[in-house]
Amino acid sequence: MTTQTYPFELPPLPFAPDALEPHFDARTMSIHHDEHHRVYVERLNAALKDHPGLHGRTIENLLRNLNRIPSDIRPAVRNNGGGHLNHSLFWSLIAAPSQRAPAGPLLDALTDSFGSLESFRIKFREAAVGHFASGWVFLVADARKHALEVLALPDHHCVLATHQTVLLVCDVWEHAYYLKHQNKRADYVDCWWQVANWQRAARRFGRPVEAAA
Amino acid sequence: MADTATIESTVRHVLPPLPYATTALDPVVSANTIGFHYGKHHKGYVDTLNKLIVGTQYADLTLEKIIIATVDKADEVAIFNNAAQAWNHSFYWRSLRPKGGGEPPAALQHRIEASFGTLDACRKELATAATTQFGSGWAWLVLDAGELKVVKTGNAETPLTKGMKPLLTIDVWEHAYYLDHQNRRADYVNAVLDKLINWGFAAENLD
Ligand SMILES: [Fe+2]
Ligand SMILES: [Fe+2]
Repeated sequence: MTTQTYPFELPPLPFAPDALEPHFDARTMSIHHDEHHRVYVERLNAALKDHPGLHGRTIENLLRNLNRIPSDIRPAVRNNGGGHLNHSLFWSLIAAPSQRAPAGPLLDALTDSFGSLESFRIKFREAAVGHFASGWVFLVADARKHALEVLALPDHHCVLATHQTVLLVCDVWEHAYYLKHQNKRADYVDCWWQVANWQRAARRFGRPVEAAA
Repeated sequence: MADTATIESTVRHVLPPLPYATTALDPVVSANTIGFHYGKHHKGYVDTLNKLIVGTQYADLTLEKIIIATVDKADEVAIFNNAAQAWNHSFYWRSLRPKGGGEPPAALQHRIEASFGTLDACRKELATAATTQFGSGWAWLVLDAGELKVVKTGNAETPLTKGMKPLLTIDVWEHAYYLDHQNRRADYVNAVLDKLINWGFAAENLD
């Protein structure tokens, strides 16, 4: 759950652009964060500018209540707000690969839900490689099902259900990998696996389910 | 042997030859981009389609008929996506040419003026559609009930399934421009309209 409201700000990358080399190259990282993510934040703010009644809302609140957003700015809020939320999560859930592999309750939950860590890796990889066109693939903890799930969503759709917590996320828009991997999305997903931030995922798994905004 | 024969007899769709050299659209669309875009993405859609339709009711249909028959069918999403992408890409390559841009042939120019007022207004609509299509997709000049129009479609979708006749298209999937222009989609779109767009191809499609 984020607390930020209008005007939204581009969060700084939590590491230097080259910190995840050779898995994620510095040039892609810079363009991805400094250009793509920045523009989503700018366009979200531009859409909200003349709607002061929405200025006190968090990004989750805006996206969970899209039907109450004026229709002329609804697509802009959905697309740019979703881009902002998903990219913010994405940066926070990757890290230099000194991170430990999952252990403890998170490893137990992965084993319960997928059979093994390796089965989860294969399932996530298939979802990420197989997703057609732009989108995102998530590892989600579902409090109702008491299970972990892999979810693939199109464009900048977000995981917004209050009983679901995102533990890991992989951006499969072509801009996330095209400079380094071109059409070979599978190679990019394998690189992403090397930088998955298990420490942060474990912390998110351990905390209570988010309250509805 | 039997397997080989089966495969050969059902592989129907071929990657059409690129209508110019891979370097012909440089620098707006580089040979490097075409190498991946034509040689990997486009070829991949054709190859995948050929695999998916083996032994199905679609095995003996033309590309257009497969597209029309599978659109909006939840069970046939993969066949639709690959068939439509195969068709869209073949159409895209022909929508571009070296030393393109400029003025359309007279007959098309008149139709453009009748529908948009001026060529410039038509180009601006195409540029707006191409830059605002969110995520992956396509911008099109189409003939719809006798009128020229600009439309945009998401992912693999095509105006063919909406009763419209495509005249030309611009691919705005990120793979179409990322190696040459990165996030600057507008630079790619404007350069395509200035230097590569094949108005002659659009004019042929009017007939
Ligand atoms: Fe992205
Ligand atoms: Fe393409």
